[in-house]
Amino acid sequence: MIIELGHYALVLALATAIIQAWLPIAGVTRGDRALMELASSAAVVCFLLVAFSFAVLTFAYVTSDFSVRNVWENSHSLKPLIYKMTGVWGNHEGSMLLWLLILVFFSALVSLFGRSLPETLKATVLAVQAWIAGAFALFILLTSNPFARLIPAPGEGKDLNPVLQDIGLSIHPPLLYLGYVGFSVCFSFAVAALIEGRIDAAWARWVRPWTLAAWTCLTAGIAMGSYWAYYELGWGGWWFWDPVENASFMPWLAGTALLHSALVMEKREALKIWTVLLAILTFSLSLLGTFLVRSGVLTSVHAFATDPTRGVFILAILVIFIGGAFSLFALRASHLKAGGIFAPISREGALVLNNLILTTATATVLTGTLYPLLLEALTGDKISVGAPFFNMTFGLLMLPLIAVVPFGPLLAWKRGDLAGAAQRLFAAAAIGLVVAATCYYAANGGPVLAPLGIGLGAYLILGALTDLVLRSGLGKVAGGVAWRRLTGLPRSAFGTALAHIGLGITLIGIVTVTAFQTEVVAEMKPGAMIDVGRYSLRFDGMRQGRGPNYTEERGHFTVSRGGVAVTEIWSSKRLYPARRMPTTEAGIRTFGLSQLYVSLGDQMAGGGIVVRIWWKPLILCIWGGALVMMAGGIVSLSDRRLRVGAPSRARKAVLATGAAE
Amino acid sequence: MIRVLLALFLILAAVPALAVDPDEVLADPALEARARAISAQLRCMVCQNQSIDDSNAELAKDLRVLVRERLSAGDSDEAVISYVVSRYGEFVLLKPRFEMKTLILWGMPVMLLVIGTVTLIVAARRRGARPAGAPLSDEEKEKLDRVLRS
Repeated sequence: MIIELGHYALVLALATAIIQAWLPIAGVTRGDRALMELASSAAVVCFLLVAFSFAVLTFAYVTSDFSVRNVWENSHSLKPLIYKMTGVWGNHEGSMLLWLLILVFFSALVSLFGRSLPETLKATVLAVQAWIAGAFALFILLTSNPFARLIPAPGEGKDLNPVLQDIGLSIHPPLLYLGYVGFSVCFSFAVAALIEGRIDAAWARWVRPWTLAAWTCLTAGIAMGSYWAYYELGWGGWWFWDPVENASFMPWLAGTALLHSALVMEKREALKIWTVLLAILTFSLSLLGTFLVRSGVLTSVHAFATDPTRGVFILAILVIFIGGAFSLFALRASHLKAGGIFAPISREGALVLNNLILTTATATVLTGTLYPLLLEALTGDKISVGAPFFNMTFGLLMLPLIAVVPFGPLLAWKRGDLAGAAQRLFAAAAIGLVVAATCYYAANGGPVLAPLGIGLGAYLILGALTDLVLRSGLGKVAGGVAWRRLTGLPRSAFGTALAHIGLGITLIGIVTVTAFQTEVVAEMKPGAMIDVGRYSLRFDGMRQGRGPNYTEERGHFTVSRGGVAVTEIWSSKRLYPARRMPTTEAGIRTFGLSQLYVSLGDQMAGGGIVVRIWWKPLILCIWGGALVMMAGGIVSLSDRRLRVGAPSRARKAVLATGAAE
Repeated sequence: MIRVLLALFLILAAVPALAVDPDEVLADPALEARARAISAQLRCMVCQNQSIDDSNAELAKDLRVLVRERLSAGDSDEAVISYVVSRYGEFVLLKPRFEMKTLILWGMPVMLLVIGTVTLIVAARRRGARPAGAPLSDEEKEKLDRVLRS
């Protein structure tokens, strides 16, 4: 019964979304405030309905109600509780419901926090959100119903794919979706601006916090996914340029560009049309990502053709929303007035360069991801586009971008002084070169590019710090004054610096691991020793173990350095009987920012086992840098400038008390 | 849920995911390093987006052995790759060659950078040509003086 209620709530949510999609727009055209205000309450109701529906599905998972087909297919009564709950989105139907839940959650946030928005803009934004929500609710109800019953109910479920029974993967999709779907708000604001034919700095001030929030979540989601792939898939890679990864990386790149162009628009009222276009583009890429992952088109064009209902449905959503938004853009963009003027050498100019390169990088990843599909569909020729292509093209594009990043914050708005900025960055660049030379010397020659990459990362970090030092006047004024100035800087200045520092840290991690990791593949018998990097590992033998829903064989290793035992590592191979599926659990030990990574292979006839061991220097910098970037996003988000409603409300309150006296 | 497809496929392809086996490794470290570099460029034909260096599928192993045989026989890196392509087709290359059918693929970044730069330069020129920076008229100067004095 409760299951049917959940299903019914979803139907009601669809009905609410349809109301929310049309009546407020009618209100805007007729100037009817009651109809416009309907949007706010409808958004909240829609969120409550979908939340209830989602709670019901979670309930079915927690109570192992195998009469629900979706639960039977993806759960098991012996599965730990945490994975019963996260298993809700560990499958197609549930993950689409989560997608919808997050979408209506954002609509409800707009309706709750958007009190000071102009009411026509708010009504239009919420209506656009409801179009998207309606389309996805319809998609779930028609093609991917998670509440379908199975009668008679089986006694036991088929269990969740064991690879997905992992805490990292439990957090990864919600974060990723918060990012993906967060950009829907920017999209809705852009479409609303086009419909209204009006756009100003206040619009940008509204869009920027949403972009920041979505970008921060997406950064977290991608980093989490990358770390999960690193420790779960068992061969030590952390980024594969897999189409599924690219699908989440493209909105991130476009979102990063949007973040920067919205800044120009907010401060200088320039780049309006471009910002609107980027906002549409970013969410379009999120939709495209959903389509690529959900339709099965990536596995092969033929797999897509054999069961096309879902794929075709999402493709239709994609075409309608992206096509619709771009048509609207083509029709209305000329109505938006161009804004402020700036010289090519200026902060605006630097941000335009950032946008040019980031957009090109996005397009490169997009072309690389879709080219094999399109080429095969059009000509039948089969080609592959993989990591070597992306590393080369993307890397070449990123180099100039990274080199100019520190210049941006040092240039003045409108008209900047390039020579002055270069002079102020001299110290950062010089230290970067020294770092590069030291690395080159320490590595006894070797590849030239790697030390240069590390030097570039150091320069990026120091360049970001240079901005803070200069703005506080450190070294020119007394220490106390400089400290007061530093703490008085807007939070967004720290946000910028942190994000750029994070990028530098990630860069250093990527370059160091790629160039200096060591790998050993060997067949080991109990008692055998092997040297990896500065450490030696002794294989102590295999032991049997048992978990709640799996059995495992654990290889035990003792790690020593200079003959002294430091720690031990367990690396295991698990078997999940419900799906008769083996997985590897890599053994990982962290030393500072570096890690030892041990993965087990096949048992050999002579009693030995194939072991693969990596020494991964500074690998944690890759994700640590992402954490710092996220911190930058959060700090920037807390800047009072972005809390739009607050100052005006406070002023009104003061006026009101003044009048009362 | 973004990685489910990948994860599912990895599971189907074969687990545990361990690629190069100890018995494949060549005795000469320089030759082995070249073999690894080449392997990273070649696609495992039965996998989804994995190089033969990363994959533990049977076919990937055969190809790895083949690459090492050719290298041991004294082939250059290019010769080994050409040999593999001649047997398995261009599908095996993870970095496609630059030719007619990959023109757009390789050309896209360059094209966009050129178009973007040209657009920006044209826009900047046009903006510069606009009388935005024109000197104030006498009337405007007078008005400005009045404002400044008050």
